[in-house]
Amino acid sequence: MAKTLFDKLWQEHEVETLSERESLLYIDRIFLHERTGSVALNSLLERGRQVRQREHAFCTMDHIVDTLPGRGDETLMPSGKDFIIATRSAAQETGISLFDIQDPDQGIVHVISPELGIALPGLSLVCPDSHTCTLGGLGALAWGVGSTEAEHALATSTLRVTRPGTMQVMYEGLLSSGVTAKDLMLYTIRELSVAGGAGYAIEFAGQVVEALPVEARLTLCNMTTELSAFTGLIAPDKAVVEYCSGRQFAPSGASWTQACEHWQSLKTDRGARFDCNRTLSIDGLKPQLSWGTSPQHCIDWDDRVPFSGEAASEADAGAWQRIQEYMGVTGGSRLSDYPIDAAFIGSCTNSRLSDLELAADYLRRTGHRVARNVKALCVPGSGRVKREAESQGLHEIFQSAGFEWREPGCSMCFFAGGENFGNRARVASTTNRNFEGRQGVGSRTHLASPLTVVASACAGHLTADTTL
Amino acid sequence: MTPFIQHLGVAVPLLRDNIDTDTIIPSREMRTVSRSGLADGLFAPWRYTDADSRRLNNAFVLNAVQFAGASILLAGNNFGCGSSREHAVWALMESGFRVVIAPSFATIFRNNALRNGLLTVELDNPLILRILDWVQEDPQRHRVGVDLEQCVLTCDTALAPIPFVIAPPARLMLLKGLDEIGLTERSLNSIAAFEANDRKRRPWVWLGSA
Repeated sequence: MAKTLFDKLWQEHEVETLSERESLLYIDRIFLHERTGSVALNSLLERGRQVRQREHAFCTMDHIVDTLPGRGDETLMPSGKDFIIATRSAAQETGISLFDIQDPDQGIVHVISPELGIALPGLSLVCPDSHTCTLGGLGALAWGVGSTEAEHALATSTLRVTRPGTMQVMYEGLLSSGVTAKDLMLYTIRELSVAGGAGYAIEFAGQVVEALPVEARLTLCNMTTELSAFTGLIAPDKAVVEYCSGRQFAPSGASWTQACEHWQSLKTDRGARFDCNRTLSIDGLKPQLSWGTSPQHCIDWDDRVPFSGEAASEADAGAWQRIQEYMGVTGGSRLSDYPIDAAFIGSCTNSRLSDLELAADYLRRTGHRVARNVKALCVPGSGRVKREAESQGLHEIFQSAGFEWREPGCSMCFFAGGENFGNRARVASTTNRNFEGRQGVGSRTHLASPLTVVASACAGHLTADTTL
Repeated sequence: MTPFIQHLGVAVPLLRDNIDTDTIIPSREMRTVSRSGLADGLFAPWRYTDADSRRLNNAFVLNAVQFAGASILLAGNNFGCGSSREHAVWALMESGFRVVIAPSFATIFRNNALRNGLLTVELDNPLILRILDWVQEDPQRHRVGVDLEQCVLTCDTALAPIPFVIAPPARLMLLKGLDEIGLTERSLNSIAAFEANDRKRRPWVWLGSA
């Protein structure tokens, strides 16, 4: 019978069928970070259990660690040091690999796992972090779990998983120049809604997806969790194989050949059926910007903010009114009317080398500088991204334009109690969540691509006009 | 895990859609490497007019005296979306909640809830509104009953019990308060067999001396 990519990945990892819809799945890789992983490791140790396959378990410091130059165990977040020390000590005790603060490969979990070859096509991978679905961009079966499930995976190398349905999102059309995978995903969330993927594993397909470079595929799959989906997937192709080749934890020699052969089978068979099919036409898609406090509150950047009365229901209209009050935006206005206080380039969505290159290229091309009164940050996703960017001189471009150039980490994607942009700060941000208070008390986050963020930083207000 | 069999409690409505785990417990309220110490931070952005000084927002429903001691939360669509932080479940439980009733839940939140003995009940919005109508007449007296053995919610004797559906494995885990890791450890033989076979089938997956 013809199978979808998800069906194949599920079947390959099935240890036992537990009930009609639940299976015991084998977990090939576990990645942890100091925020939620520390709890899982501690709990495992407290109950006297061990990590079943410690060579397959990894940990990084990204969520709490500072991103200021010269950082160490001390953090701006009160009590952050406790998390760092607890994680380090539990990693040592359990014998798993840790990419500690001073490790040259330290970075954001979903940036370093593909770049080190820890995530590979066809592998199952979990992490107590909702953006684990990022790795679906390589064709890995990867999804976010809680700390208790992470502990279960550490102890048994398996998880008891309820099988989601399958959905295909088929794009028709191609992206225009200056429109990125981030815009494509924000548009997808806007069209499908933040609950639109609930209960499904989504495979993204279409010519536009095949044409996306691997890093852009990671960006696309990264925000599948914002659709409330189980995970996102893209069938691995030659570009992915080339991307994985020679990475530190990727197979080599005969194993590599075997892996490549296997990866060729990882695609949806002709005639395979999905439980749900969605087609989105993306011809002429413009850069997207969010106006509200949910990733589905997106518009074409130069379109007007909707009036609350345009909401689908009376309840939604009430919610929109409250949200617009919180965001300090009004129906009928244009987002370019709003000055920004800050610009942030970083996070597991948009902190890879290609994201930084895109933003730096804008600065180089236009010679523009960050507007006065705008605090602008560029936070590379990993030590490796930072080194490669610096070898191209990108740090100098960012710094001379007025950006701060930081050490790798999640940084101000969320406010953990340390740094933030200030009460009610309006932020153009390449991150994934614009929830109330996400980036600080009263923060007003506008989600966008790195290109839109850098253009906004220089203009001093929200804009995706890159031709200035 | 504490078993969940039956519960009778005050229900409080928070019927917004897409309530995310950042709102349930903001990152800045997760201060220790532990599953506890989180109750104060529950819904901090809405519960306080100023989170630092803990000045209460009297307009927020969880601060209303008629809902004091609530242990059942009536919520909107896609409750618990966003971050996977299990702290959202721990914060709710530490604050006395045992049940969340909503039209739908985010998957990771529902999984986390199940593994901690917090019952999530999926119910259509009109039914939730019907329960709420009755509760609001007198929240402290009109307590909602939840029976996991029978899979029904009970309100007034005049109102027929409302059945709900829950996956059988989840129901059993809650009723017995099972430790899931312990449960899976019964399958260690098949896990070992899978691994032995997998080393031959997919040798490229296996790292180091594993």
